[in-house]
Amino acid sequence: MAERRLIPTAGLLLVAAVLYMTLGAGGNWGFVLPFRGAKLVALLLVGVAISTSTVLFQTITRNRILTPSIMGFDALYVLLLTGVVYGFGGQAYLDLPPQVLFLFNVVLLVGASLLLFGTLLGRAQGDLMRLILTGIIFGTLFSSVTGFFQRLIDPNEFAIVQVSSYARFTRIETDLLAIASLLVAGCLIVAWRLRHQLDVLALGPKAAVNLGVDPRRGQLVVLTLIAVLVSVSTALVGPVVFLGLLVVSLAHLVTPSAHHAVILPAAAMISAIVLVAGQTIMERVLSLATPLSVVVDFVGGLVFLGLLLKGLRR
Amino acid sequence: MRQETGTEGSDRIRVARTRALRIGLPLLALVSVLSLFIGVIDLGPRDLIQDPEALRLIALSRWPRTAAALITGASLAVAGTLMQMLVRNRFVEPMTAGTGQGAALGILAVTFLLPTAPLFAKMAVASATALVSSLVFLAIVRRLPPTQPLLIPLVGLVYGGVLGAVVTFIAYQVDLLQYVGVWMSGEFSGVLRGRYELLWIAALVAGLAYLAADQFAIVGMGRTVSVNLGLNYGQVVLIGLVAISVVTALTVVTIGMIPFVGLVVPNIVARLWGDNLRLTLPVTALMGAGLVLVSDMLGRILRAPYEIPVGTVFGIVGAALFLWLLYRAPRHG
Amino acid sequence: MIRVDGLSYRIGEQHILSDISLDLPRGGISALVGPNGAGKSTLLSLIARLIPIQTGRITVDDLVVGQCASDILARKLAILPQSDDIAPRLTVRELIGFGRFPHHKGRPGVDDRRKVDAAIEAFDLEPLQHRPLDTLSGGQRQRSLIAMAFAQDTDYLLLDEPLNNLDIAASRSLMARLRDLAEVNNRSIVVVLHDLNFACGYADFLVALTAGRIGAMGPPSTVVTSQMVAKVFGTKAPVIRVGDRPLVQV
Repeated sequence: MAERRLIPTAGLLLVAAVLYMTLGAGGNWGFVLPFRGAKLVALLLVGVAISTSTVLFQTITRNRILTPSIMGFDALYVLLLTGVVYGFGGQAYLDLPPQVLFLFNVVLLVGASLLLFGTLLGRAQGDLMRLILTGIIFGTLFSSVTGFFQRLIDPNEFAIVQVSSYARFTRIETDLLAIASLLVAGCLIVAWRLRHQLDVLALGPKAAVNLGVDPRRGQLVVLTLIAVLVSVSTALVGPVVFLGLLVVSLAHLVTPSAHHAVILPAAAMISAIVLVAGQTIMERVLSLATPLSVVVDFVGGLVFLGLLLKGLRR
Repeated sequence: MRQETGTEGSDRIRVARTRALRIGLPLLALVSVLSLFIGVIDLGPRDLIQDPEALRLIALSRWPRTAAALITGASLAVAGTLMQMLVRNRFVEPMTAGTGQGAALGILAVTFLLPTAPLFAKMAVASATALVSSLVFLAIVRRLPPTQPLLIPLVGLVYGGVLGAVVTFIAYQVDLLQYVGVWMSGEFSGVLRGRYELLWIAALVAGLAYLAADQFAIVGMGRTVSVNLGLNYGQVVLIGLVAISVVTALTVVTIGMIPFVGLVVPNIVARLWGDNLRLTLPVTALMGAGLVLVSDMLGRILRAPYEIPVGTVFGIVGAALFLWLLYRAPRHG
Repeated sequence: MIRVDGLSYRIGEQHILSDISLDLPRGGISALVGPNGAGKSTLLSLIARLIPIQTGRITVDDLVVGQCASDILARKLAILPQSDDIAPRLTVRELIGFGRFPHHKGRPGVDDRRKVDAAIEAFDLEPLQHRPLDTLSGGQRQRSLIAMAFAQDTDYLLLDEPLNNLDIAASRSLMARLRDLAEVNNRSIVVVLHDLNFACGYADFLVALTAGRIGAMGPPSTVVTSQMVAKVFGTKAPVIRVGDRPLVQV
């Protein structure tokens, strides 16, 4: 039943993508198609990365209202980036090819989040309240330390960091597209192969052990995937706070299924639709100066509050 | 005999609190004096006697800045405590749960629609919008199930984020983004004589709130207990929200948002001394004033002659303190 | 005397209480009993103005509930609500101290302090008085909350299912204490009880509610019969007598 709704969703995504590519192109196809194509790929990558990381995170924390972004993952990415720039000095950093830099940051984030959130999830088992609070405080702490470093480094070097510190969809780092696509594809393959184990993990550690799935190992694998996905989306467009919350809530609404085989693709497509259609409307139809992330935060937040209050009334 | 132990025991908390005040107050005075001598222009105690310009510098800039930090810290900490009592949740604070964003929305609207309005009128509008947005937040919170206390700070975060997005959106469209930057991130570097005096109203409001400390403590125990004790529950909640909104709006307009003060300080105080506001509010104010002033001084020293905004420094100091508290500190009693 | 006159209460289309009229005597223990959903807690909450009255009238001595000022009623009547929703970090002593608020309005005097001491003593809370509430067991918390209501020093003390979560020893000792309060301190106590036998054992006056109406009313020794149990609770249980007290066999 729920699976059937995936097909119209995919259709909707296709329409959004076609509109994004063609609307207001003005006939100059030779220039427009590759230019917009690259941006479309970036939007798709970001959408899939954010939705998948959110679904995975909600699975291991067994909570429908948490996202990696609320817990401070992307703030941590920006902090690590800033720290590296500060530590090595901007010029030495700039001389390296961007792909190498990016990979380096991905590895750093994976390491840091395994260390931080891995121990946290282990220690706070059962104390969700403390976990969430710690995450929210981490978010503030990371961005404050980042702000601190940013004051310490050279304004020229600061420019490198700034690109990743603020969400934006108009200028996208296209030279990272190839490597980002590879990483996302890899993560998706792993997540897909794990889909049945994820269903079990979502039942909780005790049930998982009982059904023969090692919860600790599952958590670590999933945390690694999340760290890679968050790195990709943050590097491409910067932090987007409520997109994950919005699209996963919508996905649960559109395809009410506990199976990751359904919810993963559904959330990914909805996320891509929101970004592509949203960007089309903002850029082509309304010609607004406001970045899409602001609107996504607004709409995402409202939808979240609405879903929450409606869900409670039932 | 029993009477004796009872009296003695009730004094124990009082003694601990008095000790906190007795150590804290002189410390705060000392730090405040130190603060007068930290800044871009070199100024030593000896200059006060030799150089007439020195006194002018203190009167014009250093004292206003110090006073602003003290007032902001104290009143935000008190406002945070009130908010936590009214919402009955430890993890909310005005700056992240929509009150601050509401104030920013109001001041943005006045700046755009009536740019020539006097500062006081702008303040009034900002306080009003802050009040409305806190009322909405409270209305949402009342509909959340009491069995899930962690929903409340999350909802506050999202709600504050939504209002913040509205502010950013409007600011983008009417090209006032620069102002919003000033309101959204607190900094004391712009404080001079003549530019901060409105903050004294915040100090006054926080002081007045202390008069109703018992009422707020009772409201923190819930509606049923309040009604049973003969309190006009709705009235106390409204008074509390007005106090919170005025303090928040004044801070946002004169200094900018400083998140976290209203969260961290009340939690530390509650963990160490409990929730008997009659006893603890003075300590809360003292600690808030001290932490914000020290953060501002650190911001002035660390990268002199440049400055690091107080919000950034407090974000680090406060987060570290809070995490320590969450994982280590013993409970009160 | 608490006088309830023509009281009805409903939520939407659902009638919780239908045209209740009764007098709860001054002095002694009055027990409200009845099956789940009979409207006992609603009746108690209406008397204590925790929820507004829809139709009917309630007076406590000469005070009209809903019309007299809330803080005046707070010196006449105290309620221990069922839901345990006290969250703040207070010590037992601080909590009990707030029971004096209706009298001192924020400026406690010597007399208030003495009353708090008396409440602590009456409920054997000396060793616990400086402990934060969140470190206490359920029974100790319950005792502290009752001590707070006691310190409020009102003629009327209303308790909504105070025996919830208490074991038999704690239940018996609490009921004995309430008896004491009624006899020695001359308080009037109204208590909602789940267990009919506790009502038989300790109450002077009993009101049985069923489906929002009064099923039986009077002293337990005359009211509690197997017919009444069948009518009010819908179960056939034999009632025997131990001394002058009835006892429902379960």
